[in-house]
Amino acid sequence: MDLSFVILVEMLYAVASLVLISAGLAIVFGMMKVINLAHGEFMMMGGYATITAVGLGVNVFVAMLVIAPLVVGLIGLIVERLVIRHLYGRLVDTMLATWGLSLVFIGLATMIFGNTTTGISTPIPGFAVGGYQINGYNFFIIVVSIVLVIAMYAILRGTRAGLIARGTMQRSDMAAALGYSPDRIYMATFFCGSALSGLAGAVLAPLVGLVPTSGGAYIAEAFITVIAGGPSLIAGLVSSATAFGLVNQIFTFAISPVIGEVALLVAAVVLLRAMPQGITGRFFKDKM
Amino acid sequence: MSLNRRELLGGAATLTAAGLLPTVTLAADTIQLGSILDTSGIFDAYGKPMDQAMRLAVKEINDAGGLLGKQVEVAAYDTQSDMALYSQYAQQLTRQDQVDVVHGGILSASREAIRQTMRKTKTLYFYNVQYEGGVCDRNIFVTGVTPAQQVEVLVPYAMGKSGPKVHILAADYNYGQITARWIQKFVEDNGGEVVATDFFPLDVSDFGSTITKIQQTAPDLVFAPLVGGAHLSFFRQWAAAGMKDKIPLASTTMGVGNEHKVLTPEEGNGIMVAYNYSQELETPSNVAFKEKWEAEYGDTTAIHELAVSTYQGIMLWAEGVRKAGSVDRDAVIDALETGISIEGPAGKVTIDPQTHHATLDVHIMEFEGQGMTVVETLPQRAPIDTQAVCDLQANPDDNTQYEIEI
Repeated sequence: MDLSFVILVEMLYAVASLVLISAGLAIVFGMMKVINLAHGEFMMMGGYATITAVGLGVNVFVAMLVIAPLVVGLIGLIVERLVIRHLYGRLVDTMLATWGLSLVFIGLATMIFGNTTTGISTPIPGFAVGGYQINGYNFFIIVVSIVLVIAMYAILRGTRAGLIARGTMQRSDMAAALGYSPDRIYMATFFCGSALSGLAGAVLAPLVGLVPTSGGAYIAEAFITVIAGGPSLIAGLVSSATAFGLVNQIFTFAISPVIGEVALLVAAVVLLRAMPQGITGRFFKDKM
Repeated sequence: MSLNRRELLGGAATLTAAGLLPTVTLAADTIQLGSILDTSGIFDAYGKPMDQAMRLAVKEINDAGGLLGKQVEVAAYDTQSDMALYSQYAQQLTRQDQVDVVHGGILSASREAIRQTMRKTKTLYFYNVQYEGGVCDRNIFVTGVTPAQQVEVLVPYAMGKSGPKVHILAADYNYGQITARWIQKFVEDNGGEVVATDFFPLDVSDFGSTITKIQQTAPDLVFAPLVGGAHLSFFRQWAAAGMKDKIPLASTTMGVGNEHKVLTPEEGNGIMVAYNYSQELETPSNVAFKEKWEAEYGDTTAIHELAVSTYQGIMLWAEGVRKAGSVDRDAVIDALETGISIEGPAGKVTIDPQTHHATLDVHIMEFEGQGMTVVETLPQRAPIDTQAVCDLQANPDDNTQYEIEI
C-alpha cells in the first residue's frame, strides 16, 4: 500500500516534470513554429538565475517563481528582437540560429559562472509514508505543473490577449487587418515562452547539479513531448507528457532507469508512426 | 614593390627556416616537458588545476637549478575537452616538438587516444589520474589511484560503520562497471552481500525512482561511484528525500573534482570516501605545498586530487631523470623501475616496478562542513588490481589494457 502510493507519486512527478520541461517549447515551437534549439539553455539560465538570486539572499520561492522567469523572459525578448524576428516562417533557419544561440549561451554561462557544478538544496524536507521516504519537493513540482497548465488554459481560452495571440498565430495577416500588430504579439508570445522555460529550469534547479551544458539533457525530451503532442497546445502537452511519463516510470520501476529511457524513446517512435500528426492529430481534436 | 610567387615562396621558406633555427639550438640545452590537458571545455574543472600543478612543479624544479644543470621548458597544449585533438596534439608533441616526456590526459578515452603514439615514438608518458586500472605498457607510468586501492580500504570501513547489505549505484561506462565489480568482490570478502547493482548513463539526473527502489532493497549501505554533474543530483535528491540519516553513503568518485564543495553541509556530511589526497591533510609536505600554491596562484580552493597526482607525477619523473643522469627514455625507465619514491603533498609515492603504477597512501575520509576530514590513513597501498594482471618485468613488451576479472 505504502509502496503503491510512493510509485503513484513518482509517476505523477514524472508526468509533471515533462509538462514543465516542455511548456515553454510548446509555446515557442507549437504555437510560433520556431524550432528553438536553445530551449535547454533557456532552462539552464533559469537555474543559474535562481541560484544567483538565492546567493544574494532572495527567498528561494521568489527566486524560482518570479525572478528566474523574468530574467529568462527578458533574455528571450532581447534574442527575439535581435535574431528571431527576422526569421519567422523560416523553420530551418530558426533551427540554425537557435543552435548558434545555444552555443553562445553555454559559452557565456561558462565565462560567468565557471565550468564547475553548482546548485542549491531543496527548500522542502522529505517525509515518511509508512516505511518509505518521499522527496517533498516532488509535490511542489506536481503543484506547479498543475497550476501552470490551468493558467495557460485560462489565459489562452479566457482572456482577450490569449484570443489575439491564438488568432495571430493562425492568420497574422488577418490580425494585422483588424488593427493588431503581429510584430508586437509575436514578441510578447516569445517572451512568455522563454519565461516558462526559465521557470522550468528554476523549479528543477534544486534537484540537479547545474553546469552550463545542463540544458542538453532536457532538449530531446522537450521536443519529443511537444511533437508527439500534436497540434493542440495544452491537450497535446498534457496527453503526451502523461503517455511518456507513465511509460518511462513503469519500465524504470519494473526493470531499470536505462530501460525506462529506452522505453520512452521507443514509445515516441511507435506513437509517431501510428499517429504522424501527434496524439491530438487524432484524439481531442478540437481541444485547446 | 612587386613580388612574384617564386620570390614570395623563397622568402617565406627562408623566414621559416630562420624561425626554426633558434628552437633547434635551444632544444639542446633545455629539457622539453610536454603537457596535454583539457584546460577549456567541459572537463576544465579537472584540467585547469592540473595545468597549474604542472607549472608549479616545473617552476620549482627550475628554481632549484633545473635537471642535470638544464632548465625544464614546458610545451603545453589545450585539448579543449575534445578527444580528436588529443591524437593531433600528441603527434605535434612527439614529432614536431620532440619532447623528452609527456604528462597528461584526463579521461581514460583521452589516454587511450595518445598512448600508442607515445609508445611508437618512444616518448615517455605519465598519466597522472585516478582511473579504472589495468593498463600494462612499459612506456607509461600511472601515478593516480586505481579502484582496488580505494575500495579495498573503504569497503571494510564503511561496512563496519553500517552493516553487511550493500546497494551499488555506478556510472555506466568502463570506470563504473569495473569499480562496481571490485566493490562486489570486497563486500563478499568481508562477509557482506550486494543486494542490487544499478548502472546510470552519465546524463541521468532524475534519481526519484532509484531512491524508492533502494528503500525496497533496504540495504545497510549505499555505494555510489557516480560521475559528473548530472550524477551529483543523486546526492542532492537523496538528502531531499530525507534518506541521508537513514542509510549511510560511500563513494569512490565524489569529491575528486571538489564536488563536495557544491553540496551543502546538510547534504554532504557523513559521506565516506577514500582518496590519496585531501586538502585537509595536516602533513608538513601538504602545508608546504599549499603555501607554494597560494604564493603562485593566490587561492588554494581549486586544488584537487588530480592536480596533486600531476604534481607528484612530475616530481617522480624528475627524480628518475636525476637518478638516470639523462633524459633518455630507456635510462629513465630503468631508473624509475628501481622503485623510486618521493614525498609528495599526499604522502610517500613509490613506483611499482611490476606495473608502472604507484604504491601510495590511501586516506579514508568523511565529508564534514564541505571539507574532507581524514579518519584513517592506510600507508603504502599497492595497486593490487593491476598487479593481478600485469607483470612488466616478465613481459616488457606487453601493450594491453586488461579488463580485470574477479
